[in-house]
Amino acid sequence: MLRWILGSREAQSALEKSSVLCIGEEQPQNCFTELQVLKGHFDIVRFLVQIDDFRCASAGDDGLVLVWNTETGEKLLELRGHSQQITAITTFKCRNALTTQTMLITASSDRSLSLWDPDTGNRVQTIADLHSSVKCLLVLERLCLWLSGGEELCVWNQDFQLQCHQPNPSDTGIIALIELPKNCVAAAMDKEIVIYRLTVPADSVLCLTEMQRLSDHRDQIRALINVNDNMFASGSHVGELILWDAIDWNILAYEHILWEESQSASEIRMGSSKPSEMSIQHLCSNGKLILAAVGSGLYVYSVLTKTVLAYRKVAHDSNVLHTIELISCSEDGSVRMWEIQDLPLAAEPASAGFFGMLTFGRSSKHSGPPSKKVLDVSNLKMLELIGDLIGHSGAVQMFVSFKENGLVTCSTDHLLILWKNGERQSHLRSLKLFQKLEENGGPVFS
Amino acid sequence: MIGSPDVVAFTKEDDYGQPNPEPWPPIPEEFSIPLYPLADSNPWAKTSYAKFTKDFILISEFSEQVGPQPLLTIPDEPKVCGTFDLNYFSLRIMSVDYQASFVGHPPGSGYPRLSFVEDSRVVLGDSKEGAFAYVHHLTLYDLEARGFVRPFCMAYISADERKIMLQFQELSLRFSQASECLKAGNRRAFAKELQRKLQDLEYTHSVLQREEGLQREADPQTRYSAHAVEKANELANVEKSIYEHRDLLKQITSYHGRPRRDPHAAMCHKCMSCIGEEGQILTEDEAGEGEMEEDEDGVKRRPSYTPQLIRAKSAKCFDKRLKTLQELCDETFYEASMELLKETERSFRGDLCYLYTRRLDRSLRRKQKVTNFLFEEEVCEDNDEEVTIRPFCPVNHSVELYTLLKPPHIVLAPEPLEDATEPFSEISHTLDSELGLGESHLESSPSDQTLETQDSSEGTKCSYSSGTNMTKQQDQQHNLDSVISEAPDPDSDVTPDHERESSSEDMETTAGDDEGDHTPVSLLEPNGECEETPLEVCESDLLLPIDTACCMSQDGFLYEDLAADTADESDHNSKIQPPQTLVVNQEPQALHLLQDHYTVGSLSESPAAGLVLPVGQHADSVSHVSVEEGSDCTMSTSTGSDRAHSPFGYGAVVTLRQRRKAGQGALRFVRQYPFAIQALWCLLSGRTLVVLGEDEGRVRKLVAALALFVPGPGKSAERIQAWMSCPFSLSDIYRWKLIGLQRVSSPMGSSLLYSLSRYSRYISILDIDQKTLRCPPYHGQLLSNIADHRTSIRRGSSYFLHLQSVLCRLAAKAFLLTFTHHLHLPVSLEEGPEVVKGRRLCFLQEQLGLDEDDNEILLYLSQLITRQYLQPPSESTAPPCFSFKYTTSDLYKI
Repeated sequence: MLRWILGSREAQSALEKSSVLCIGEEQPQNCFTELQVLKGHFDIVRFLVQIDDFRCASAGDDGLVLVWNTETGEKLLELRGHSQQITAITTFKCRNALTTQTMLITASSDRSLSLWDPDTGNRVQTIADLHSSVKCLLVLERLCLWLSGGEELCVWNQDFQLQCHQPNPSDTGIIALIELPKNCVAAAMDKEIVIYRLTVPADSVLCLTEMQRLSDHRDQIRALINVNDNMFASGSHVGELILWDAIDWNILAYEHILWEESQSASEIRMGSSKPSEMSIQHLCSNGKLILAAVGSGLYVYSVLTKTVLAYRKVAHDSNVLHTIELISCSEDGSVRMWEIQDLPLAAEPASAGFFGMLTFGRSSKHSGPPSKKVLDVSNLKMLELIGDLIGHSGAVQMFVSFKENGLVTCSTDHLLILWKNGERQSHLRSLKLFQKLEENGGPVFS
Repeated sequence: MIGSPDVVAFTKEDDYGQPNPEPWPPIPEEFSIPLYPLADSNPWAKTSYAKFTKDFILISEFSEQVGPQPLLTIPDEPKVCGTFDLNYFSLRIMSVDYQASFVGHPPGSGYPRLSFVEDSRVVLGDSKEGAFAYVHHLTLYDLEARGFVRPFCMAYISADERKIMLQFQELSLRFSQASECLKAGNRRAFAKELQRKLQDLEYTHSVLQREEGLQREADPQTRYSAHAVEKANELANVEKSIYEHRDLLKQITSYHGRPRRDPHAAMCHKCMSCIGEEGQILTEDEAGEGEMEEDEDGVKRRPSYTPQLIRAKSAKCFDKRLKTLQELCDETFYEASMELLKETERSFRGDLCYLYTRRLDRSLRRKQKVTNFLFEEEVCEDNDEEVTIRPFCPVNHSVELYTLLKPPHIVLAPEPLEDATEPFSEISHTLDSELGLGESHLESSPSDQTLETQDSSEGTKCSYSSGTNMTKQQDQQHNLDSVISEAPDPDSDVTPDHERESSSEDMETTAGDDEGDHTPVSLLEPNGECEETPLEVCESDLLLPIDTACCMSQDGFLYEDLAADTADESDHNSKIQPPQTLVVNQEPQALHLLQDHYTVGSLSESPAAGLVLPVGQHADSVSHVSVEEGSDCTMSTSTGSDRAHSPFGYGAVVTLRQRRKAGQGALRFVRQYPFAIQALWCLLSGRTLVVLGEDEGRVRKLVAALALFVPGPGKSAERIQAWMSCPFSLSDIYRWKLIGLQRVSSPMGSSLLYSLSRYSRYISILDIDQKTLRCPPYHGQLLSNIADHRTSIRRGSSYFLHLQSVLCRLAAKAFLLTFTHHLHLPVSLEEGPEVVKGRRLCFLQEQLGLDEDDNEILLYLSQLITRQYLQPPSESTAPPCFSFKYTTSDLYKI
């Protein structure tokens, strides 16, 4: 579309374009028609957490934690204290006698942990000089405890007192922690998932006992999530997606997402056999569906049918880094929104209809006819791009959604962008305008 | 802009310094509408027989040595007055001097009295010269002058007597301020001079006394020798002189205590009060000096003035050099008053029609603060809501002390009475006859405002004789003391006590003052702030006696207060007074008579009477602007041609010429590119436009031209980036609405192009090298008016004004849209957002008659207004919002 200005680069750019899924500039379903650029960080912003309905905190490699008002875009607080990059951040609900207050726990490469009050900006608690830096945090609200995972697994109480700790048997360290029923937690380390149980024996000292080691993954585990009360899922570097029973820790399903194609089509597409292209970067779930970010593609896996419901092998130009509810962000700097659409009626010639729907030019060929062995065509739905958000000039690391109030993205370009529904915002502003008019006692035209 | 932009375009003046051989360029063919039924009657014909092209201010004095002489003109350029005989005109204006200034000793008074005269204001005409003048007489004090007074006058000279008559009140106000300022400075200088003279005299006195004493000691027998008698006489003379001068000093410092009759002689209250105090301080100081001398160890300031011996015989009147105006006046005050006069000259430049249009425009804009930021220049923010006139205080006493003066109401738009033609013909008749008459003989008479000049020192005299007996005695005592002591203590003039008496700020300034003499502090000290900016630009706006309400209601062209006071009188007079006084003999009655006719309007007339600019004598026949247009203008925020638009960015003040050029550039753009309308639509609907080109000059020029279309460009065009050559990011796109971008072929160019294509959804790209435009298509009708490829407008300034009027109308519509409640919020609880949206669309389509694409302009403007109203960007800590749309773009080629 821009070849006219690209001039001599036309041919080359055409080639580049061919591999890119492009929706074009007309996006009627895209409601994010207003944005605010939030500046404040000095380095890559890696983490975003939602504090409440109108606040979120961002943290990154500059060691800063910034608290933002997502309604106005104002920066509310700057939490300074960490000298090195933040490696994990989570919210923590402190229960007092009367109220529940949301606090922030941050972990940093400076081997310290801090508890922050996002209302005042105070650093309430801090623990320095840990043996190693913490890579993941898990809050067990029910037990008023929280866990930190790194090279060792530690359990802390509300007052930042160490309850017990477990030296890590593996050398890679814990990369993810999830809570399981019956006071269990699952920790992903290297190729294994270790289940621990928290128990309080007679001497009333909290104790962490290893229950089981699940070592069915053939490569490093990249993602570990809860699906629902009965299941959790993990994804590995080579594209294995395993669904586990949350209670007895058995495998419920095993999906090797790019297995078939990487075998059958490797001679055609050289690059596809690279493990990085089938690595499961991120998983998210709504209880029924699992959205897996595989390389630069997206796969929707149905927990009920235990099959891939829809997929888009090249959803982004580059690796997908984070997904929530059919929204994905990627290293290519864009955020894309998807919709699962039904295929055309089975009565129609399936393949023709399939191709007819994909009007993305040459890019459609990558979507190719699905391998019948793995994917049942009759069940297959389409993952349709309904909009994309372009704004960041670097990889979009993460985003949080505030539902109708908007979406916050953070990126390696040190910026956060607050995406909003322009129409809604305009309506809100009109409300405010007439409110102010009333306060001022009628129109002020003077 | 208001109604008839093009007429105004040709009636306003050029900047000085721009060579313009013809005062009024010929109207181009497309505008040659028959302005007047009579082909050869030119509304500006009056200027033809004047020997000067532009109005100017002349300051003359009546020198006691050489008679009337011109001192200076504002602007101070020889070509301003052309062949106009300033000497002759000085004679004319000085000869109407009212002053029978009383000099010398009034009966019953021992000492010479200063005459405190009020200024007088006269309008006179000289039809032979084609010059009419508002003349403001004032007197300044000079110790060396006859009667201590020097008569001066300041005159505003114009070829258009109506301009003078109709602006009389404002002229009077402004000149009064300048005059007050001059006089205040003069009093200060006079007091200073008196102080020095007193020191001289005291010194002389002491020397003489010492000599006498020595003589007596040396030879007591010679007491009655001729020489001794002469010495004694001399001594007595000096003593008398000392008393006289002291008395003068007291008079001058008591100046402020006396009641002023001049309604325009508004002085800063603080000035008045502190000067009043100073009078006392002064006398107390003098009284207290004796005791002051006693504490020798006290901190004493080194005086910078050394007293000199005064010879008994002073120079003869004609030998001495009279002080210049500058020397007569304290420097700060002089500068300030010159600045005031310059400002006056500036603000009265141009044709009456232009002046009034501009004023109307300004007053309307003041009413439209909510939308002004869109397309208007900043109206001075200092203005209060009610137009108040701050009494000019050159010392800049703090603002909170100013009093509210009721400004004379200038009301625009005369409207025809039923018998409008009749008085009119009468007037033209009288004018004609008067012109014939005026050729041979000139007359002038002071306006009645001068009649109250004398008898002003009565009150002061009383206060003196009553209040100062004590101090006088003390003075004498002190003098005796000082005489007895060997020599006058040079330090005695400024004592710590003196400083203690004055306020802290006075201390500061007196300390900074290099002259530590005895002048009353208030007369001497120019306040700190004042020295920097004795006059702000805003002051001019403050001074403008416009009542916006009047303008809005479109009443007659009247000075209301005047008219109200003397309405019946003038009616009466208009019947009695023979109309031949009209031109030259500007009696106040004649003024009213004039107003009655010119202001073909009254307060009772309905507002719908229309905006009629008093273009000329034939105003009623031709210049009636249609009612609709008039009402439209009151709704819209019209703009002056001197709008401060600086597309060149960052605070640079763009001159009128540059703006015209921008208008020209925009016109050229519109004529050159058939897709100009799309580009303008992009700008007006808030889509960032990138002007891509290799040649910096061309890009900058085009950006400057297109900047006219950027809504809310910011005070110093913050939303416009004229030239950049690096790849840009998203924040650039939403910071700037119009970007000039360099096309480069280096590797950096490719990243630049990449950023262009990456953010292509947010921007429109105008490639001036390949002459293409990539932007969403526009199908509306709204802009065809200003982006007509085949427009018949040929002049940039015309186009500029045309554009301004269109944009005004747009802003007005956006205002309406923004503040109409039911277009944004549900009326009842059942209504959903869709209903409201539908109603809004319906309003836009059916009420405003807009297409879908045009709606976007309105919605964008409305959004801007909403945001501005909720939180002006300057106050907001939140980052700005950037709204956009997901639409496809088309590529347009020539």
